[in-house]
Amino acid sequence: MKVLVAVKRVIDYNVQVKVKADNTDVDLTNVKMAMNPFCEIAVEEAVRLKEKGVATEVVVVSVGPKAAQEQIRTALALGADRGIHVETDERLQSLAAAKVLKAVVEKESPQLIIVGKQSIDTDNNQTGQMLAALCGYAQATFASEVTVDGDKVEVTREIDGGNQVVSLTLPAVITSDLRLNEPRYASLPNIMKAKKKPIDTMALADLGVETAPRLSSVKVEPPPVRQEGVKVADVAELIEKLKTEAKVL
Amino acid sequence: MSVLVIAEHDNAAYKSATLNTVTAAKEIGGDIDVLVAGESCGAVGEAVAKVAGVSKVLVADNAVYANHLAENMALLLADIGKDYSHILMAATSTGKDVLPRAAALLDVPQISEIIKIESADTFVRAIYAGNAIETVKSDDGVKVITVRPTGFEAAAAEGGSASVEAVAAVHDAGLSSFVKEELADSDRPELTSAGVVVAGGRGMQNAEKFEILNGLADKLGAAVGATRAAVDAGFCANDLQIGQTGKVIAPDLYFAFGISGAIQHVAGVTDSKVIVCVNKDEDAPMFQISDYGLVADLFEIIPELESKL
Repeated sequence: MKVLVAVKRVIDYNVQVKVKADNTDVDLTNVKMAMNPFCEIAVEEAVRLKEKGVATEVVVVSVGPKAAQEQIRTALALGADRGIHVETDERLQSLAAAKVLKAVVEKESPQLIIVGKQSIDTDNNQTGQMLAALCGYAQATFASEVTVDGDKVEVTREIDGGNQVVSLTLPAVITSDLRLNEPRYASLPNIMKAKKKPIDTMALADLGVETAPRLSSVKVEPPPVRQEGVKVADVAELIEKLKTEAKVL
Repeated sequence: MSVLVIAEHDNAAYKSATLNTVTAAKEIGGDIDVLVAGESCGAVGEAVAKVAGVSKVLVADNAVYANHLAENMALLLADIGKDYSHILMAATSTGKDVLPRAAALLDVPQISEIIKIESADTFVRAIYAGNAIETVKSDDGVKVITVRPTGFEAAAAEGGSASVEAVAAVHDAGLSSFVKEELADSDRPELTSAGVVVAGGRGMQNAEKFEILNGLADKLGAAVGATRAAVDAGFCANDLQIGQTGKVIAPDLYFAFGISGAIQHVAGVTDSKVIVCVNKDEDAPMFQISDYGLVADLFEIIPELESKL
């Protein structure tokens, strides 16, 4: 079974995000970039499926600038077999990204597609669901456990208030939640090996997909700041303040 | 303009997030229709018809919608929703699952987790884990939107008298099936709609000690929440996680015990009316966004609060 994993290059999750002074965007000049953490979990799951003998090949795709090859290399070092880089300097919105990924799915015909549930930049939580819709495949979002059984996959999903288990007919799209697994660190030998693994690069235009932005950004602002309140000395004072000042008890 | 709101429910009663979504629909303007899709969900339809401001309730009652499987729901939404100017659903785990799929079928983008409405085509949402707030404009014919419930007041549950219509359309994609569900059995209020929330972080030390929050929560009629660090450390269940990638809450009163105040967590609580922080570490960033801070050992403070309240 072939597994396709899509990964996104985003701001490193440790970077303190700053909004540009002209309120057009956040400032990404010279900031550290990395693989989106949820995508890393998706890669790890695919690699584990291969280690279990369920997957025969793990293909990783990234749609993004030339530098997104770094993230593809990272995925190859974690155990993916080969990469596909759809190169573009456009910042694709979710629907466009899903259309590009659909074109890749048509070329590759994977049985299982694993993506992160959301990227930590735009926080949209859409691409996996949209890709599943466009391909006409089943979907399981927010996965915390994945079990492939013949032509079906059983997925435990994290939902409000607990867990849900669904069974999907393959091919299917799964989006990873935080606790699906704990991604490994790439070892030095595997990082070296990854340099020799193939990456197939193609220009976005060659896929013939309509990717123009459909939503326009009006402005980007820093979040409102909460004012620091007061320190209280003990529980009695806290209860007193909550009752008489804040009036919430 | 006409807005279609998708009700969130468990076939017996609607979830309170539906009321916040109706308020968002009111701010957009125009007629508000609410779709109740499920199985044996007639009572939900009747209850939604009483919500103030709703013009019409559409009830799609069929086994294929029983568990709100995204594949079937999205086909129904794309079918019914195409004639509306806006389709709104609360940004719950169901809304986040179903709505992007419906948007793609309609070939329109989705605007995720809006917190404010500027106009019928312009919306405000948090990005970068709440570190930035973006205003976005949509020019598409159908605007598909998930609504963060904490951004909008709940509409009045009574006072409306909408008509109720049955929807005959049965969409079965035949791609997926429901196996089982395990929901936490709790008498406490739901985390996202609770008036008071008591939450613990890494400072709770372990799963056994985390449980001392339960007594205080019961005393206050509060929900219990946690940080990602506490969940990852195995102190409590996953669905208690508050933050940008967990649940976003806005209670009247929020207690943070042993929570350092990572931005990812803060993004999920910043709209709370009053924030109380108890932490031994007086330099914890959580104090900077708290209305009342108490530098003390939470294992002494929690039992004392419980006994004095």
